[in-house]
Amino acid sequence: MTTLWVAILGVALASAAIKALGPVVVGGRELPSRASAVIALLAPALLTALVVTETFGEDGHLLLDERAAGVGVAALAIALRAPVLLAVALAALTTALLRAFF
Amino acid sequence: MGGELTKGMSIGKERGGGDYLAGARAGLPFALATLVLGISFGVLARSLGWGIVAPIVFSVIAFSGSAQFAVVAVLGAGGGALAAIVAAVLLNSRFLPMGVAVAPFLKGGPLRRALEGQAVVDASWALASRGGGRFDREYMIGATLPQVVAWIGGTVVGVLSSDVVGDVERLGLDVIFPAFFMALLVDELRAGGRTIAAALIAAVLSLALVPWVPPGVPVIAACAGALLGLKGSSS
Repeated sequence: MTTLWVAILGVALASAAIKALGPVVVGGRELPSRASAVIALLAPALLTALVVTETFGEDGHLLLDERAAGVGVAALAIALRAPVLLAVALAALTTALLRAFF
Repeated sequence: MGGELTKGMSIGKERGGGDYLAGARAGLPFALATLVLGISFGVLARSLGWGIVAPIVFSVIAFSGSAQFAVVAVLGAGGGALAAIVAAVLLNSRFLPMGVAVAPFLKGGPLRRALEGQAVVDASWALASRGGGRFDREYMIGATLPQVVAWIGGTVVGVLSSDVVGDVERLGLDVIFPAFFMALLVDELRAGGRTIAAALIAAVLSLALVPWVPPGVPVIAACAGALLGLKGSSS
């Protein structure tokens, strides 16, 4: 079981280092305006990639399944100004129902 | 966590930011999803013969759902420790640009900043984003705390009750996270203009890359969509 513990300690250290690097190197300095302009667009870009990979990704290939319907319902609900929790609940419900009946 | 109550200092604009409690409240729904994920991690780790202590220690010291699931996948498929660590690093490399983005809003010397940087997780980071590249430190840390508790607690429940837990997929619980991220994304997109263009580039890049590169790489590559910010300086 040493492989497991090496992996556990290695991943914990690597994760902590990755998260610490930006804050330590940049410190409290104001970022140059060009950098801020990029960072302002980072949230939509990252969120899009997370949605895409978690909705369509499956073991290294793309898959269109019940998840897409659920996430689509969530998007529609939010666009119609539904509360986030309701939108997420509808997404899970949609996916569960489709899996149960198809 | 310094114990001080940072009063005022509100840089939040719409979600009433500037305090830990508001952040914690905003983080609660994510904590619920994290709890489910933590339970499934515990169940999965136990089924691979990791015992009870190792999965719990892992969740306490790493606190990283995507990285820990990657380790489960790699070791479960017979891979070695190094392959598992590389997979986890690839998945977590997105925290590098995210850490750079929040850096100007954290406090204290290098050590304290390094510690505060640990509070960066996807959901909290997105929740604390105030547009225009600004971030609400207290809101982010507050939003992360319930997720830490839920992740560790869920792991404990999972390893101890590995046969009681029902099928996560049957209940559609696996769409909780993408649905949450979609909800945050739709709110971001209301800003219009370059936000939508950046999201489109990210969508195309990640869709195109998923079949060809290891998990985690598509997400970090899609950050290139944000480089659109370099084009022109006004607006």
